[in-house]
Amino acid sequence: MPQYLISVWHDEPYDDLDWASPDMQRRGAQVSEFNALLEAESAWVFGIGLRPASSATVVRAVGGDVSMTDGPYAETKEQMGGFWIIEAADLDAALDWAAKAAAACEGPVEVRPTEDA
Amino acid sequence: MPESLDAIFRREAGRCTATLIRVLGDIDLAEDAVAEAFALAAERWPIHGVPPNPGGWITTTARNRAIDRLRRESTRTDRHVAAHRLYVEDADGVAGDHAPELADLDAFVDVVPDDQLRLMFLCCHPALAPDAQVALTLRLLGGLDTGEIARAFLVPEATLAQRIVRAKRKLRDNHASYRVPRPAELPARLHAVLATVYLIYTEGHTATTGDDLSRVDLSREAVRLGRVLTELMPDEPEAVGLLALMLLTEARQPARTAGDGTMVRLADQDRSRWDRSLIAEGHDLVRDCLRRNQPGPFQIQAAIAAVHADAATAAATDWAQIVALYDQLYALRPNAVVALNRAIAIAELQGPVDGLAALESLDPAPLDDYQPYHAAHADLLARAGRPEAAGAAYQRAIDLSANPTERDFLRRQRAALADLR
Repeated sequence: MPQYLISVWHDEPYDDLDWASPDMQRRGAQVSEFNALLEAESAWVFGIGLRPASSATVVRAVGGDVSMTDGPYAETKEQMGGFWIIEAADLDAALDWAAKAAAACEGPVEVRPTEDA
Repeated sequence: MPESLDAIFRREAGRCTATLIRVLGDIDLAEDAVAEAFALAAERWPIHGVPPNPGGWITTTARNRAIDRLRRESTRTDRHVAAHRLYVEDADGVAGDHAPELADLDAFVDVVPDDQLRLMFLCCHPALAPDAQVALTLRLLGGLDTGEIARAFLVPEATLAQRIVRAKRKLRDNHASYRVPRPAELPARLHAVLATVYLIYTEGHTATTGDDLSRVDLSREAVRLGRVLTELMPDEPEAVGLLALMLLTEARQPARTAGDGTMVRLADQDRSRWDRSLIAEGHDLVRDCLRRNQPGPFQIQAAIAAVHADAATAAATDWAQIVALYDQLYALRPNAVVALNRAIAIAELQGPVDGLAALESLDPAPLDDYQPYHAAHADLLARAGRPEAAGAAYQRAIDLSANPTERDFLRRQRAALADLR
């Protein structure tokens, strides 16, 4: 069955998330519910939230030389905050899951098909 | 007189391509096969005569050619073909990766009327950008070549070709299904299809005339697509409403330009030049919609066009009815353009001062780059006795207009302001 990446995007950089805040509590509960639904419908492959983009390191290995730079690769305000890999019968089924994901996270998500395994 | 090959191609290409996509599960293979079949027809038909069912002949020939090719190439490409097939639902309406074996393809080829519908929903998938939806619809359902579409939209052919290639690749990469949406999905998906057809219509309607005879008639193609849609979905009042709107607008086409090619406004049109048979057909469709009592934006716009068509003279127009219809439209689609048209109707009903007040109460930000807003503003200012302000508004409208005929009209309107001063 085709697999799709559903990534969650933040319009502004975020630092440590305050999981105790009512906003985060609500979203956390919604995401747990969404995850359970993915599992129940056998659509779940993997999914996880990410620490802030400021915690990222870019590593390059060119001709045996390894170099590292601090920060995310894409120097844009908008950064990925987490993602799922799901299995879905077709594009419309994947977009249905994406709509539920966007509602659960209360933010935009992006859907991309994976290369065929 | 026998139909020309060209006319047959125009009529049958979309239907044949739609069926072949279902049979082959691949847009490019289907297009190649249909093109090959038409090339064969161009060779044979002038000698042997046109077969009794030309569309059936093309579909069967295209199917046979494609199967031959697939068999020749099968050892090499089986896996590739299977991996990249569009998903075709089985008879139970279940999408899945049960690509038919080559031997089973014969069973798949019966012409199914739903094929054209599947193709419309595929071409107008909301995951595609609107300009890609338009290009793909004209390419696959209209059978237009990329050069024709590019000229119609005044974009370079390479840009248009790239747009179509990307759209097809996106659908394939994403495993888009070849199916008619389920009832729950239908309203949103149907709206995308109707909006695309209407976009094709309006592009044809406002296109510059005369300066490029090789441009295809997009309005006519949109009306044809609208007819196909209403045949396939007779119970969708919005599809019927869209067809009615296009027919009633098309009916006014002969009166929209004067003998010297200049544009004539609705109020000044010679109504004896309106196409009565299109108006009659449009009226029937509007009445048919109203009986169902499921109003939607296209039906209401068609009803507005029907009120205009009813009036023997511009002065006899039932503006109260038109304002009421715009109110109803605004309730469904509260956008700035609807509000602008409502303000124009109020000017006709209650006078230019009230119309100007309604227009100037709108938030100008979303309308600032919209030529008809400045043209309407200018007209109302002039009629309200404010020629200086009207001149500035006409200038803005002229600057925004991309259409020489329209620009010429606006310049003449501005020149006429001198008589008011």
